Amino acid sequence: MLEWILAILILIGAFFTLVGSIGLYKLSDFYMRLHGPTKASTLGVGAILIASAIHFSFKTEGVSLHEILVTLFLFITAPVSAHLMAKAAIHIKVKQVERTRQLEK
Amino acid sequence: MLNLALSISFVMVGLAILLSFIRLIIGPNTPDRILALDTLYINSIALLILLGINLQSALYFEAALLIALMGFMGTLALSKYLLRGDIME
Amino acid sequence: MILQRLFPHPLLTMILWGIWLLLNNTISPGHIVLGAVLAIFIPWLTSSYWPEKITIRHPWMLVLYVLRVLFEILVANAVVAKLILGPQKNLKPGFLNYELKLTSPVGIGLLANTISLTPGTVSCDLSKDRRFLLIHALHIDDVEAIKAEIHRKFEKPLLEIFVTC
Repeated sequence: MLEWILAILILIGAFFTLVGSIGLYKLSDFYMRLHGPTKASTLGVGAILIASAIHFSFKTEGVSLHEILVTLFLFITAPVSAHLMAKAAIHIKVKQVERTRQLEK
Repeated sequence: MLNLALSISFVMVGLAILLSFIRLIIGPNTPDRILALDTLYINSIALLILLGINLQSALYFEAALLIALMGFMGTLALSKYLLRGDIME
Repeated sequence: MILQRLFPHPLLTMILWGIWLLLNNTISPGHIVLGAVLAIFIPWLTSSYWPEKITIRHPWMLVLYVLRVLFEILVANAVVAKLILGPQKNLKPGFLNYELKLTSPVGIGLLANTISLTPGTVSCDLSKDRRFLLIHALHIDDVEAIKAEIHRKFEKPLLEIFVTC
């Protein structure tokens, strides 16, 4: 039973990590690429870390919760770095895809 | 069961690292490369944790924590560099 | 008064203590004491870097909010995965300006973070007067709908949690 839960969590995590990188590779301009890693990769790594926490909690004596710390850290830092990268990209005027909707004036 | 899932996941995360590496090489401009580096370190954390589960060792966690801290700092420093032209104020 | 000098930021103290125990992965008495000492001294030494006081009106609502955001992250990821794996021609990316009703800096920071993690949007910039948040969305059908959703799901609870200062 435990093995099944772990296997499913790991597979979900790996899937989302892959989706994030596919987004990074395939989408056509920087601002769109930003979406893949900030959301999908973060959730993917989060799922893998939680699987690791469950695994070590059951394998060794006592609970192993420090993986939660890395998950928390990633969930806090990923949006911050995305925000800064987007700001930098706007600052140096990175090209956008032509169909990008512009701001209403 | 777990071993099979682990093997599949290794392949998937490895592919993810390859894709972000391609993006790192083809660019086309600096923010893209920063983003690719950011994704690369997040993916490498995933790979390390999977390796830790596979080898039944909790040691790899420390490395993952360090990569997370240093990677975030690196992304911040590079973005700040683009924004201001220098890193430290 | 002396209590306030000793603990300038009680919330920060609690969080630091919790993180120390998590980091060492233990609840042995030695680490509890060492963590408490660090958690008291670090906010005390760095209090000059934290000028404004963070006041949270309803701590339980914050917990509820975090749970809700976690659920929204799961939903948003399914949506984004579908958008990424689907054909690219149908995607209509774009920028939008979101007018903030929140005024507390912590609240704005938290809202920007949730926006980046959830529904296919990334916060890009905050205007100098802290009134507008520039958001990039991966796929826009209806701008007003996205704004209304952000307001209903995330900004309203945050407005109630963080007191304006």
